[in-house]
Amino acid sequence: MTEPVLSIRNLTVEIPTRRGLFKPVQNVSYDIFPGEIRGVVGESGAGKSMTGNAVIGLLDDPARVASGEIWLKGRRIDNLSREEKRAIRGREIGMIFQDPLTSLNPLFTIGEQLVETIQLHLKVSAAEAKERALALLDRVSIPDPKTRFDQYPHQFSGGMRQRVVIALALCSEPSVIVADEPTTALDVSIQAQVLDLIKELATETQVGVILVTHDMGVIADTTEQVTVMYSGEVVENGPTDKVLSAPEHEYTKSLISAVPRPQVKLHRFPQVSYGGRETTFKIEDLARNWHKPEPSKSGKLVEVNGITKKFLEKSAILPSQRTYFTAVDNVSFDIKDGEVFGLVGESGSGKSTVARMIGTLLSVDGGHVKFDGDDVTEMSAQGIANYRKQIQMIFQDPFSSLNPRMKVESIVAEPLLHHKILPPDQISARVHELLDRVGLTRAAASKYPHEFSGGQRQRISIARALATQPRFLICDEPTSALDVSIQAQILNILKDLQEHLGLTMLFISHDLPVVRQMCDRVGVMKQGQLIEVQDAETLFAKPEQEYTAQLLDLMPRLAQLSG
Amino acid sequence: MLPFILKRVFQSILVLVITGAIAFSMFTFVGDPIDNMLGQERTMEDVERLRAQLGLDKPIPVQYFKFLNEAAQGNFGVSYRQGREVSEIIMERAPATLELAALSAIFAIVMGIALGVFTAIRRDGFAAHFIMSASLIGVSLPTFLIGILLIYMFSVELGWLPSFGRGEVVEIGGWTTGFLTESGRKALILPAITLGLYQMTLIMRLVRSEMLEVLRQDYIRFARARGLSERVINFRHALKNTMVPVITVIGLQLGAIIAFAIITETVFQWPGLGLLFINAIQFVDIPVMAAYLMMISVMFVVINLLVDILYAFIDPRLRVSAK
Repeated sequence: MTEPVLSIRNLTVEIPTRRGLFKPVQNVSYDIFPGEIRGVVGESGAGKSMTGNAVIGLLDDPARVASGEIWLKGRRIDNLSREEKRAIRGREIGMIFQDPLTSLNPLFTIGEQLVETIQLHLKVSAAEAKERALALLDRVSIPDPKTRFDQYPHQFSGGMRQRVVIALALCSEPSVIVADEPTTALDVSIQAQVLDLIKELATETQVGVILVTHDMGVIADTTEQVTVMYSGEVVENGPTDKVLSAPEHEYTKSLISAVPRPQVKLHRFPQVSYGGRETTFKIEDLARNWHKPEPSKSGKLVEVNGITKKFLEKSAILPSQRTYFTAVDNVSFDIKDGEVFGLVGESGSGKSTVARMIGTLLSVDGGHVKFDGDDVTEMSAQGIANYRKQIQMIFQDPFSSLNPRMKVESIVAEPLLHHKILPPDQISARVHELLDRVGLTRAAASKYPHEFSGGQRQRISIARALATQPRFLICDEPTSALDVSIQAQILNILKDLQEHLGLTMLFISHDLPVVRQMCDRVGVMKQGQLIEVQDAETLFAKPEQEYTAQLLDLMPRLAQLSG
Repeated sequence: MLPFILKRVFQSILVLVITGAIAFSMFTFVGDPIDNMLGQERTMEDVERLRAQLGLDKPIPVQYFKFLNEAAQGNFGVSYRQGREVSEIIMERAPATLELAALSAIFAIVMGIALGVFTAIRRDGFAAHFIMSASLIGVSLPTFLIGILLIYMFSVELGWLPSFGRGEVVEIGGWTTGFLTESGRKALILPAITLGLYQMTLIMRLVRSEMLEVLRQDYIRFARARGLSERVINFRHALKNTMVPVITVIGLQLGAIIAFAIITETVFQWPGLGLLFINAIQFVDIPVMAAYLMMISVMFVVINLLVDILYAFIDPRLRVSAK
């Protein structure tokens, strides 16, 4: 048997805090062999990334390695000096970060960034470095490397940028690559391509890869060995197929069962129940103070009729010279009372633009949106204000959709005040009631958004959206930024709310298994057009369009877990 | 790129036409110059004759057109006070102000960026804390007080540097310079520091906060993960990104240096445009005031135009969206 290229032995990382030592990584051990991909999985805060950072010697102050050893090719590296660690970074250990949009310097061409790194590690002439850079770009399948070499990061799409990042990590033929959530920010189809590339590279160059992710599908598809982490400790370690098919630890079992299944529709999302953190609260309570929405006149609450949106691509003085990019092209669908309508598609397919047009955040360039029979595109300012009270939106990023300078109470109270729904003296009571409904305590009201985790913030967004007692809720990728375990909680809240309150919902996601669980009917978008609308079950069982079938095929599957 | 520049040039011209209108309107709204120019002993004929001679009897649009036309050729008429061509007076005074402004701008930019980068990189060091606290003085003390304090310390107490004037100047082809004589160079030091101190602290604080922001970005982490040295990361990757917003502010501040020169020139009795302007205000010498206003606005507009072009040069994202 070959020697492991990297060994982590009983690694503990500690952060001194006011309340004593906090240990985000405790006693973690695992090995990586050449050409092997090891998945490290767990929810956020489990210490997966922290372990990766310790390996490359990039722990942020004041975190430090308290005990344990890290061995790289038979050499101990955790106790090296700063300069020695720097010499290893990039040369022996490459790194790939989560967000390809922010990991490249926007002011330098990708060629400059590649040549700089190659020259740093390999001591070659500028011309040789350029040659190698072009070969690397070619290796990571970037078309036309010669032209691309002189382009800036913003001229690349997300997937292409992640390829550049991979090329940068490969500059000096490292022995290990630490890939920290390398595909979390990417679409399903791009994700599959990037993961394939990583697999190919591992086999071809015999580089060992640590793949940190919270996505069980990615683990199942890509890795040979998996390490499951929970609150800083390794709870399970072993070959991927064995861990996934016969998990030994309770947490692993619970985590695997929480992954939304593409194959079957379940009534509720199974939650990660390990550690007693499953929240229990009575969703029935919320129906009490809720005016059941009146049924719409025609049975169709929202009718979207041939809407189109064009964005200016090239500006010019003469209108005839201007060119436009059609983001949404003649899209029509209806949403019935009490229905959850899903929109799926790759990023850039126009899903969010449709949602924004329905939510009157963007103007409509053609076509009509009707709400309960009234044409929204022709409403007066008064009508729009009244319409907005009846619809609410929940956005993807719970970090930027809440004002960081406002307390939670004010955030949730704002729609009530703005629409003058309640007299000021009753607002506080209503806010507490809303926070109760989404499973937050009253103490939450007097805190600021940064004091909450991603999942809790998304609950605040839901409470805010429910404040006006809307008839129609638009959810734009509400759980894409969240962990599997948190995602299940949020989706269950949305599902319960929808059932008990008779809400009508537009649910946008690129996560197909989630869409299957949530939605009654689903529309598939491709390049601004709605190419297929089906009942969710029919769509997943036998898609009509080839494109839909392709999308379904690309879903990372837990094949071993078909039950 | 070219349409972007043309668009900016067009906007600049628009700004100048508007400031031109403001400068011109002073002729009609700020007192009557005839009162000042002729003494108590005047006849109605004298008043009428002078009015006709200065063109003040024509309808306002005609006067405005005439003003714009001549202003575009650098002709602002005759100073009411000195009876000489305004352009001639300005040419005579401009070198003093421009040399002073240039030196303080260089002082402010070089020191501001250097100290800003230093305090960002060593942000927990003693020296950085000291500089940050000391910089509050630069931001909070008014210019005239700093000038007076410097004069007191270096001229009165230590006697090292002159307290007023430009010292000896050398004339080269109509441009008088103080850089070539020792007394001229000595005389520049205090006014240049006084004028540039505020801008320097401002630039320093801005560079520091921008730099700290940039150092938190993912691409800096990724640069570290690639094994680049701290020096390359700080001075190549971080500094260039820091400069994008800083350059805009520097552009605006350069204009402000020339405008602020009024106070510094008064404190140091510097024979430049600021002093000329103050005297012009006291005497309601409108052609001089109008010319000064136009000159300052041309400078502001030109500097900002250059900054915008530079901006696009540094930031490739802007080049594309500007296409």
